[in-house]
Amino acid sequence: MTKIIEPKKQRNIFSRPSSETGIWSWITTVDHKRIGIMYGYAAFFFLLVGGLEALLLRIQLSQPDNNFLSAAEYNAMFTMHGTTMIFLAIMPISAAFFNYLLPLQIGARDVAFPRLNALSFWIFIAGGLFLYSTFLFGTAGAPEGGYLDEEVSRLASAPNGGWFGYQPNAGLKYSPGTAMDYWAIGLQILGIASLVSAFNFITTILNMRTKGMRLMRMPVFTWMTFAVSFLLAFSLPIIAIALFFVTFDRQFGTTFFLTEGGGDPVLWQHLFWLFGHPEVYILILPAFGIVSEVLPTFSRKPLFGYPAIVFAGFGIAFIGFGVWAHHMFASAISPVAQAGFGLSTMIIAVPTGVKIFNWLGTIWGGKLTLNTPMLFALGFIGMFVIGGLSGVTHSVVPADTQQTDTYYIVAHFHYVLFGGALFGIFSGLYFWFPKVWGRMYNETMGKIHFWLMLIGFNVTFGPMHWLGLQGQVRRTWVYAEETNLGFWNLIVTIGAFILAVAILVFMANWIYSRRKGEKAPFDPWDARTIEWSIPSPTPVWNFSKAPEIKSLDDFWHQKYGEDEDGRAVRREGTDELLLKLEEEGLNPDEEIHLPSPSYFPLILAFGLPFLGYAIIYKSVPLALVGVILLLIGGFGWGTEPLEEEFETSEENPDAKESSTYE
Amino acid sequence: MLCSFLFITACIENAPLDSLSPAGPYARTIDDLFWLTFWIAVVIFFIVQGALLFSVFYFKDSPDKPEPKQIHGNNFLEILWTIIPVIILASIAVPTVRTIFDLAREPEDALKIEVIGHQWWFEYKYPDFAITTANVLVIPEDTPIRLEMWSNDVLHNYWVPKLNGKRYLVPGQKTYLNLHADNAEEFWAQCGEYCGLSHSKMRGRVLSLSQSDFDSWVMNQQKNAANDLDQNSLAYEGQQVYLNAGCTQCHVIDGVWDVQGEQIAPNLTHFGIRNVFAGAALKNNPENLTKWLANPAQIKPGTFMPNLELTEREIEALIEYLGTLK
Repeated sequence: MTKIIEPKKQRNIFSRPSSETGIWSWITTVDHKRIGIMYGYAAFFFLLVGGLEALLLRIQLSQPDNNFLSAAEYNAMFTMHGTTMIFLAIMPISAAFFNYLLPLQIGARDVAFPRLNALSFWIFIAGGLFLYSTFLFGTAGAPEGGYLDEEVSRLASAPNGGWFGYQPNAGLKYSPGTAMDYWAIGLQILGIASLVSAFNFITTILNMRTKGMRLMRMPVFTWMTFAVSFLLAFSLPIIAIALFFVTFDRQFGTTFFLTEGGGDPVLWQHLFWLFGHPEVYILILPAFGIVSEVLPTFSRKPLFGYPAIVFAGFGIAFIGFGVWAHHMFASAISPVAQAGFGLSTMIIAVPTGVKIFNWLGTIWGGKLTLNTPMLFALGFIGMFVIGGLSGVTHSVVPADTQQTDTYYIVAHFHYVLFGGALFGIFSGLYFWFPKVWGRMYNETMGKIHFWLMLIGFNVTFGPMHWLGLQGQVRRTWVYAEETNLGFWNLIVTIGAFILAVAILVFMANWIYSRRKGEKAPFDPWDARTIEWSIPSPTPVWNFSKAPEIKSLDDFWHQKYGEDEDGRAVRREGTDELLLKLEEEGLNPDEEIHLPSPSYFPLILAFGLPFLGYAIIYKSVPLALVGVILLLIGGFGWGTEPLEEEFETSEENPDAKESSTYE
Repeated sequence: MLCSFLFITACIENAPLDSLSPAGPYARTIDDLFWLTFWIAVVIFFIVQGALLFSVFYFKDSPDKPEPKQIHGNNFLEILWTIIPVIILASIAVPTVRTIFDLAREPEDALKIEVIGHQWWFEYKYPDFAITTANVLVIPEDTPIRLEMWSNDVLHNYWVPKLNGKRYLVPGQKTYLNLHADNAEEFWAQCGEYCGLSHSKMRGRVLSLSQSDFDSWVMNQQKNAANDLDQNSLAYEGQQVYLNAGCTQCHVIDGVWDVQGEQIAPNLTHFGIRNVFAGAALKNNPENLTKWLANPAQIKPGTFMPNLELTEREIEALIEYLGTLK
């Protein structure tokens, strides 16, 4: 273990937090691993909330003309389901993976800006709580001049304009009350969190790679983190501006999107989808990265066509900015625009196809271990292909004008984002479970989880394809009995409950295995990338000394060579190598100074929701609280050094310098 | 998957909003294009899922299996599976682009009808015949129709699945959609775009009539409502309710009452011959009318029609009167 070194005392607004265990150590942490874990748990919590909202929706739709929810409640639930799953569940779960894994995959000790990383997490929490506080404080009601038969319940006092917030319906006249303000400002706050981490990850990848980790030696997951960070950096400013317009329209009487003031509601659609389509790739590319790690590991073969997969990922990210209007084929756009965006949408299928074929090439001829992460990765391919193919039918513009705004679309994007992104995420959760906790998950329960989820998923979202083609329109609180859609809606609802059971199995497995799971061996999967060349759970310093990378899949090549047939052969002395790595990993031979914990990111982050409330309630005191928190956070941060200065001990005068990480 | 898809699609019989049973040339063109894409997708589906399942079963780990060959890639294969999808997509792209422009073109000699979206009902105006009606769009069979559409409030989306795809109704902007029904038949319409509280109840009907029936419908629509009811009749009592209870704030009955300014509620002049009302959410019968008039917001949350606290007698009289508006 490291020697305990006394930090020099330094003055600041608060004295430096010093707990190393317990809740304060987590709240003040700047360790990317702890932040990743907190991101994961918070996002999973919101995933459960979003899932409950979905179950309420499905109960309402289980039979025609049902009265389980009121129209106001239904509209609030589908808006919050979409908003939660996208901004509070899938995006932050991906951020959890980025945070935990990125430094480990590039051989770094932390991200480039550890406190900024903590800030990003706390802004996400602040934004999520702010958005959900609408259930306590928000108000909603009928459009100006309209009548409601019953009082608006708390459940209905949430944003109700859809996650896409189409104008002018989401404007003040048609969505009075404060709920849509909670939505617009909540997303604004969450956007800051994502922007902050995007720049942090870009800088980390460009500057913090260990010796020999050339760009084309980076694991694909790191590449996809890189791509997603650029997508965030370029797309979030667009939605930020659009959300400012909405807030101005609602709060200060501007008319950016109001026809009566010379504004244009179609402008909102363009701005929203100019962000919204790259957002789709923000959600799916991390899963692409995860399966690109899992498939080679359990096929015992390298990734087929690594450069193609990397470039296809960036191709998708780039073209992803040029397809936004395919969400608007039925809207007020000209036939020329329809044709142009139809073609660009078809083009994006090409790099996506390249990825799928390369993954198939990876498992082809391999030696497949069909454990839980691999099953989820294979399930990902199968389900994502269905989502991709239904996506191609949308690029056929005339056909899309029949499908858009029906359950066919709902089926499509759940195949992409649930069958795709979420299956990929579950694959990753199982795959890196031993790395994070030092224990193995329960394989039997994992497999039960997979099969329940695969069946539940297809029972839920499969029938939505034909429900949509048979005319079930999205975002409808009730459907008429004469539409003859009742039977399949009931099946869909049953599927949703199978999914709920699958999630319970997952949670049981997680809770059990965290405490009672078998101790994870040093390299449980015979893995390929360098995060597996350090002990599990990951030591607080990650790498006891900077690894030097000689090739792609460096850790694998340390263990395996190839014979004349090109088959993998375990090198002599590999067992000793692993023992040595474990020993070294646990016992660094020099003092390692890590960034010190800090209160300030937390304080800064929690200033933002106060500013949000101040805008909604036009309250100067609330604004002052917000500004004061921001100032304390900002000044404290600015005057606090990243690391406490340490006395250099006499025996080892170079300690400070040599621990500086390259 | 495929078999179940075809089987189940066939299984939902008489789905009035079925987008796969076209009843006119526009919907048929779209349908053809969908099935072309669908069958191509099916072939790709089976190739990919087949390769996936084959790999899972054939390359599954077993104790005597040697370590696999370390293949890092294959340029020929990778170029191949880049080019083949491009060719397949090009084969879809050509008919797609052609159809986009075909569908957008204004048909010759089309009957022009204006569609105006309101929260939560569709209004129709026939500029050639000076007719204003609501909820039920009446068209002649086998005749091209050109809809000129806009919205009076939020975005709406006009969709008659058996006749054509969807098109948004945008405030302050005009959009266009062509319809063409082969035969005399009734079709369902539905607002496709989320437009607030009662979006799900913003429905409609399209009634296609033979040319002669359509002509007599036009003749009838151009007449005003009768204003010489027997003063001892229940209908007359109902007319007085209409005139005095507050209905005239929003509802026009030609020949009886005109509303100043923009109409925000359906024109009731020929209410009695429409088979649906309240945004086509309810069938036009005394039972439904009673429920509606007693408390509109219970049927359509957010509606702009207030609860006028009518007595049972007033409701009965009003329904009688509405029934005479043929």
